Amino acid sequence: MSGLLRTEGVCCYFGGLKAVDNVDMQVEPGDIFGIIGPNGAGKTTFFNVCSGIYKPTHGKVYFCDQDISNMSQEAISHLGVGRTFQTTQLFQFMSVLENVKIGCHMGTKTNMFDAIFHTKTYRADEQYAEEKSMETLRNAGLEQYANTLAGNLSYGIQRRVEIARSLASSPKILMLDEPAAGMNRLETDALRDFLKELNAKGQTILLIEHDMKFVMNCCNRIMVLNFGEKICEGSPEFVSGNKEVQTAYFGSRTFGKDVEANAEN
Amino acid sequence: MSKIKAFVGKHRSLMLTAALVFAIVFPLFGFKKSMVRIFCRILMYFTLAGSLNITNGYSGQTSLGHAGFYCIGAYVMAILTTRFQISFWPVLLLSGIGAAVAGLIISVPTLRLKGIYLSIITLGASEVIRIIALNWEGVTGGSFGIKDIPRPTFFGFTFDSPLKFYYLFLGVAVIFLLISYRLIHSRVGRSWMSIRENELAAKSLGVRTAPAKMMNFAYGAFWAGIIGGIYAVYVQYIDSAVFSLDEGFNIMSMIIIGGQGTLIGPIVGSIVVNGLTELLRPIGVWRFVMYAALIIVMMWFRPQGLMGESNSILAGAKIKMRKAGKTGGKKEAIS
Repeated sequence: MSGLLRTEGVCCYFGGLKAVDNVDMQVEPGDIFGIIGPNGAGKTTFFNVCSGIYKPTHGKVYFCDQDISNMSQEAISHLGVGRTFQTTQLFQFMSVLENVKIGCHMGTKTNMFDAIFHTKTYRADEQYAEEKSMETLRNAGLEQYANTLAGNLSYGIQRRVEIARSLASSPKILMLDEPAAGMNRLETDALRDFLKELNAKGQTILLIEHDMKFVMNCCNRIMVLNFGEKICEGSPEFVSGNKEVQTAYFGSRTFGKDVEANAEN
Repeated sequence: MSKIKAFVGKHRSLMLTAALVFAIVFPLFGFKKSMVRIFCRILMYFTLAGSLNITNGYSGQTSLGHAGFYCIGAYVMAILTTRFQISFWPVLLLSGIGAAVAGLIISVPTLRLKGIYLSIITLGASEVIRIIALNWEGVTGGSFGIKDIPRPTFFGFTFDSPLKFYYLFLGVAVIFLLISYRLIHSRVGRSWMSIRENELAAKSLGVRTAPAKMMNFAYGAFWAGIIGGIYAVYVQYIDSAVFSLDEGFNIMSMIIIGGQGTLIGPIVGSIVVNGLTELLRPIGVWRFVMYAALIIVMMWFRPQGLMGESNSILAGAKIKMRKAGKTGGKKEAIS
C-alpha cells in the first residue's frame, strides 16, 4: 500500500451515467503518468475526483496514504496536489506575475494583521512570493511576460502560465489536464522537454492528453480509459500494442477478418 | 493622458503627499459652512463607497446592502452614547465591530451565491436591518429616531463645527485608504482578487475561499459601521429613513462611476455624485433620473469607471464578451 496518489475502485456516477467506473490507479513518486482515452472516456471526471471537485460515488482516493475522498478542494490542494484545467482557468485580468504569486498562497501565511502592520511575517512572505514567483517564471521560460496581463497572452503561453502558477505552490504531484491542447507542434515539443526536465528534478506528474505522440514520448506509464472503465495500464510500448486499446481508438478489425475467413471457406 | 498617468505613477508618493496637504489646507480658506458640509459628505461617502468597493471591486461579491451596515454603525453609536453615556471613541470601534459581525452573519449563508443572487440577498438584508430599526421601538426609538446624540470630544476639544468634522472624516478616510492599500498589496488582497477572477482556480491553489470571502465582507462592513458611527454624531439625530435602499444604490453608483477595483475610484465617484447632487438641487427629484442616465452611460461606454484600469472586473466583462465574439468559433474547435 504505497504510491503517492492511489485510487481504489473509484466510481463517479451522474444519475444513470457512469462517467468513471471502478478505476484503480497508483502513481509512484517521481513518475510521469499519463491517462489517455477517447472523447468522453471520463478522464477529466476522474481528474476532478482526484482533486476534490467531485466526490467519488464509490471507492476511495488516497494521497500519501491519506484518504482524501471526501475532502474539500482546498484541503486537497493544501496536502500538495496541484492541478491545471482543461480550459485554462487563469486570473485573466491580473498580470502573469500576480497569477504566479497567488500560486505562492500556500507557502505563505500573512494574515490581515500582518498585512496592516507590515510585520516580519509580511515582509518575509512578500520576499518569498516575489523570489519564488520570479524563479518559477524563469524556469518556465516566461520571464519576459511577467508584467503582461494573463488574458492577453496566446493560448499556448497561457497554458504554460497555468502550469507555472501551479508549480509555484510546490505541489507533490502536478496534475495536468490536456496541457498540450491548442498548442502547435513546436510548443508541444517545448512543453514535453519542460515536463521531462521537471520530472528529472523529481516532480511527479499526472497528465491527461489526446496527443498520442506527446504521451508516448513523455510518459513512463499510461492508463487507458474507455467509457469510464480502465481497459489497460502499462508502459507506452505495452499500451500501444494492446488490442483493446487499438479497438477503442481505431474500431474493431474483426469485421474485416470475418470477411476474409468467409472468403477462404 | 498617458503622459499624465506615467508622471503620476513615477511620483506617486509626492502626488499623494500633495493631495493630502491640499485636502488639509484648502477648507481653511473661509468657505461657507454649507460648502464645508459638502466636503464632509464627499469624504464620508468616499469611505463608504471605498469599503463597498473592497467587497464589490476586489473580491467580486456584488453586495447592494451597504446601507444596512452603515445603519447598524449609526444605531450602535446613537444608542450607546445616549442611553449609556459611553464616550465616543470606544463606541466608534464598537460601531465598526457591530457592523462587521452583521456582515459575517450575512456572508455565511451567502457563501455559495454569486453575482445577481448575492445582490438580491444583500439588498434584502439591508432592508431587513432598516425595518428592524424602524419597528424595534424600545431600542431604536422607532420612527421618532434618536435625537440629541452628544458631540464627540478629544482631550477637551469638542467636534462641534463642520470644519472639525471635516478633519475627522479626513482622518478616517486616510486611515481607511492606508489600511486597505496594505491589505490589497498583500497575500490577503491577492486571495480576494483571485476569488473575483476565478474561484475554481483559486481553490485549486489552496485559497480557502469561504473564510477569505467572509473576512472580506466583514472588513467592508466594518468601515461602513465606522462611518455610520461618525454620521450619527455629525448630524446628532438619526432615524431609519436615512438608511433606505436609495442610500445603498447611491453608494453603489459612486463606485460604478468612479471605478471598481481601484482605490482611487471611490474618491472620484464620491466627488462626482455629491457634486452633482448639489448642482442638480434646483431640479429636485429629477436628479435621480440624471443619476440613472449617468450610470447607464457609464456602464455602456466606460464599464471600468472613470478611474478604472482596463483590468478591472467590469471592464473585464466587456472585453471578454468582445473576445468571445471574435474567437468564438476557434474556442469551440479547441474544446
